[in-house]
Amino acid sequence: MPTPSPDLIVRARGLKRVYKSRKALIEAVRGIDIDVRRGEIVGFLGPNGAGKTTTLKMLCTLLEPTGGEAQVAGCDLLTDPEGVRRRIGYVSQSGGTLGDALAGNEVVDHARLYGIPKRTAIERGKALLAALDLEGIWDRKCNALSGGQRRRLDIVMGLIHEPELVFLDEPSTGLDPQSRANLWDHIRKLRDDLGTTVFITTHYMDEADQLADRILIIDHGEIVATGTQEELKKRVSGDAVTLTLADAEKAEVAAGLLGELPGADAPIIEDAVVHLHVPDGGAALPAILRLLDRNAIEIAGVAVKRPTLDDVFLTLTGRSLRDEAA
Amino acid sequence: MRFLSDTYVVFLRALRLSLTNPTWMFISIMQPILYLTLFGPLLLEVAKTPGFPAGDAWQVFVPGLLVQLGIFGTAFVGFGIIAEWRSGVIDRMLVTPASRWALIGGRVLHDTLLVIVQGLILLGAAYVMGLRVPWSVVVVGLFVVGLLGAAFSALSYAAALSLKSENAFAPLVNMFALPILLLSGILLPMSLAPFWLRIVSDANPIKHVVEGLRAVFRGEIASPETAIGVVVALGFLLLGAWLGVRVFKAQTK
Ligand SMILES: Nc1ncnc2c1ncn2[C@@H]1O[C@H](COP(=O)(O)OP(=O)(O)OP(=O)(O)O)[C@@H](O)[C@H]1O
Ligand SMILES: [Mg+2]
Repeated sequence: MPTPSPDLIVRARGLKRVYKSRKALIEAVRGIDIDVRRGEIVGFLGPNGAGKTTTLKMLCTLLEPTGGEAQVAGCDLLTDPEGVRRRIGYVSQSGGTLGDALAGNEVVDHARLYGIPKRTAIERGKALLAALDLEGIWDRKCNALSGGQRRRLDIVMGLIHEPELVFLDEPSTGLDPQSRANLWDHIRKLRDDLGTTVFITTHYMDEADQLADRILIIDHGEIVATGTQEELKKRVSGDAVTLTLADAEKAEVAAGLLGELPGADAPIIEDAVVHLHVPDGGAALPAILRLLDRNAIEIAGVAVKRPTLDDVFLTLTGRSLRDEAA
Repeated sequence: MRFLSDTYVVFLRALRLSLTNPTWMFISIMQPILYLTLFGPLLLEVAKTPGFPAGDAWQVFVPGLLVQLGIFGTAFVGFGIIAEWRSGVIDRMLVTPASRWALIGGRVLHDTLLVIVQGLILLGAAYVMGLRVPWSVVVVGLFVVGLLGAAFSALSYAAALSLKSENAFAPLVNMFALPILLLSGILLPMSLAPFWLRIVSDANPIKHVVEGLRAVFRGEIASPETAIGVVVALGFLLLGAWLGVRVFKAQTK
């Protein structure tokens, strides 16, 4: 069954999930739309309980949507779940190996459920383990591995059948910085060499920033923003400009002048320091300096800070920035 | 074909896990032997009382033990699947294209094989103690053990996986185990029971499996009792398979 738009590997419309808990109905995902193009690495961000895992499980056929529809890897999620399963890989947030089982056996058995012959499974398994710095764990019991090693074993199993699309639910939790960087390299290589599409949730901003081509932010079960990192950063807070004046008495006057700049928000005064946000700090700086100079206000220091993905995330989902704005 | 190879993969994985657990293997081998050696002599005495059915004591006692083995050798496998579910293995397998029938079938096959091997050990030990039956009886006996084993393994998985809690699953098993054990004449034949108890036990389907198997051990393989026993065991298997697959499929609801 071909998707309406062939370069979209995931196309979800109105995807929705309501959990029935003892008394309450929990609307974990409230009718979201998701588009992922083939060969993209998409970062899926959101605070705890936002609905990331629920969304992933639905797209992986592990959880029936309460509403909505989706095509995943060219197959309809609702009518052809088996087709979806054959084409995707999934690494769950909580792992998927039995403590008593030997690591190598788990890898091979998992591969064989995809119809991969044993010999190929062993070869691929060993190569993947090596790529993620896990040589020598083949004959170890899974509960004899460290947390980070076991996590990487999960990732190996999710990739063993070389799926065209892989869903990774917080794959890097518990990994040390070096293993994390190594994982990023591997994911990039997957995309570059095999054209694998990667849909990855994470709580690490630097991970999303460096690894993803595009970011989706979900909060309270709704997509609150999508775009590239640059687009998101521009869209949200603007750049922070911090001016330290030589004379604290002139702060009021300076703030009044600066507040008139195009796109600037209301400056905040802290003794001799004036804070304000402008859309593009670098471009606004010469005008700011000229303006103050013309009014004979002497400046002791200037700092321009580009917003980070952290700022974006906090603005869109966090309390702290919302409270400040209020 | 895919179904068969998936089943085989799941089966082998389960078998490998059992074989790497020597304590567990030792216990499952010793259990039938302990029953025979520690309970058998008692029964030889009971066999002298009036009302004890025809056939020698071993021919009455061993079929009961076989049925017990079939049921209680597999009734607790659910604990294992709760552990697997908790460690994420079930979800990991459900996300593969493997047939849902294979995911439970491979596990059931493993449990069935083990219970048949235990049955063989039991019969071997019984031979040493004095049981003499033809090979055809051995085959039918093991067949019935296999049917029951498969049925209760599937039922156990179905119950455990829908409860997902050891604390809920354990009392459920106990709730069923006690009446099955007491009202089926597994250990002592129901012909020794007072009239009312006999009537109550007639309502227990397992009793008919025990009676059927006792008929087999008396040499009456082609008797109506045997047929009823086998049909009841088959009925449990169908129920188990239906529930088991239903519960596996419900995991992705
Ligand atoms: N099985 C369940 N039954 C009832 N409610 C659930 C269930 N699973 C998740 N929820 C609820 O649904 C909401 C979304 O959960 P989900 O696991 O998708 O969040 P998440 O974004 O993955 O969070 P985290 O970052 O903590 O992993 C939460 O409010 C959670 O409590
Ligand atoms: Mg989650």
